[in-house]
Amino acid sequence: MQDLLQLIAARYNYWLYIVLMMVGFYAMIAKNNLVKKIAGMSIFQTAIILFYISIGYKKDATIPILMHAPDGAHHAVHAADYVNPLPHVLMLTAIVVSVSTLGVALALAVKVYQSYGTLEEDEIRERMREENASQE
Amino acid sequence: MIWQLDLLILTLVILCAVAVISVRDLLGCAILFGAYSFLMCLLWAVMGAVDVAFTEASVGAGVSTVFLVAAVFRTTRRTKD
Amino acid sequence: MRLAGLIIAAFTGTVLLYSTVDFPAWGDPASPAGTHVSPHYLERGLEETSVPNIVTAVLADYRSFDTMFEATVIFAAGAVCVILLRIFGVHTRDRYYRHLLTGVTIHVIGDRKIPEDSEVFERIDALWVPHDVIISTISRILIPFIQLFALYVLAHGHHSPGGGFQGGVILGASVILMAISTNLRVSLERVGERTVALLAALGLLIYAGTGVLCMLSGGNYLDYGALAEWLPVDPVAARSLGILLVEIGVGVTVSATMIAIYRNLASSGRMDEGL
Repeated sequence: MQDLLQLIAARYNYWLYIVLMMVGFYAMIAKNNLVKKIAGMSIFQTAIILFYISIGYKKDATIPILMHAPDGAHHAVHAADYVNPLPHVLMLTAIVVSVSTLGVALALAVKVYQSYGTLEEDEIRERMREENASQE
Repeated sequence: MIWQLDLLILTLVILCAVAVISVRDLLGCAILFGAYSFLMCLLWAVMGAVDVAFTEASVGAGVSTVFLVAAVFRTTRRTKD
Repeated sequence: MRLAGLIIAAFTGTVLLYSTVDFPAWGDPASPAGTHVSPHYLERGLEETSVPNIVTAVLADYRSFDTMFEATVIFAAGAVCVILLRIFGVHTRDRYYRHLLTGVTIHVIGDRKIPEDSEVFERIDALWVPHDVIISTISRILIPFIQLFALYVLAHGHHSPGGGFQGGVILGASVILMAISTNLRVSLERVGERTVALLAALGLLIYAGTGVLCMLSGGNYLDYGALAEWLPVDPVAARSLGILLVEIGVGVTVSATMIAIYRNLASSGRMDEGL
């Protein structure tokens, strides 16, 4: 029991990130509305970015911007004093790519609405079936 | 970093995410998405990722929410699920 | 579908939860992510590039290929939104004008129209909701300061959180604010469509051109130290200037793309009044 409690105390934040990821994942699969699916995709992406940023965190460390002494003297920099900047760099790219993907997905949703008049997936499928049936 | 603050903001983030996918009004989804984005930005600022928090504040809570609201205005606001 | 989705999500979540047992402790300085390359960036970054913000130094110097292709992805997304949504040649036969002094709306049928710079008539579309005087006045005052702040964020990316992306997004957001608070047509007069498209390509050209310039000066592609041949500085300061150049390129592309995507989304491609 003590072991389990210790495990929970050490890992609870990863578990909460996974819960958030699964919320977004469920929305992408199970929701019928296209805009809800797109919002679920964005939730999934930001949850993964959150997970990466949490990897780079170090205990009692400060932000990765070094203090620049005005006379140019460089003090020795210990890497353990600063938060790991590498996940931040990768996730900056990920955030901007995710907003680009969101823009393209919303453009596609607007186009689908212009063609079929609805954003619900089952209604779109029915209207597509009617169109195909009336064409043959 | 204060772990109580971290846990509190993380709980709010999960509640906001569940609310985004369950509210029936799509405009409400878009606004809640902006709130979710802003809480994520706070979470990252608490963890020391200031550049990422700045980007998420401007991109997520700014431009991304505006895109979602624009798309909702151009399509339909009501949804069945 | 919902039950299947719930089962799949629960199963995936359980597998992921099971894998967290092997993770390193949170906040451990000796975790695998914090060894190998990242101590080198932290300890030698300032003396090799003279940029105190290590994230900007890694983003624009050590990992500059990533950032270049990310700017390409942003440009591609903007181009795709324009291609998908933009409808050319929509000429409505009916135009609606509102007389500003009396509030009377007139409906002009056919190809006749009132000149665009008329002081007493304002063109509206049938579905438009009247805008608020307060919002448009305050936005008109605020937009220059927002743009100034965006340029500040771009230029101070070396010393404080910020850089090309953030500055570019804020710059794009200022033009979006202009389009929201008044009229999409007003923002089209200020920053035309062709200008936005050219700016998006120009930013990417600046980025790739800096790389080619470095190659012409004798170094590798995007090796900013080789720029010291043209500029009267030592190679370390030349790297800092190279970072500034590519950040400007990225900022220009990002701002133009955000403006283009918003305009096409808000007007469904017709470039009328928008929201």
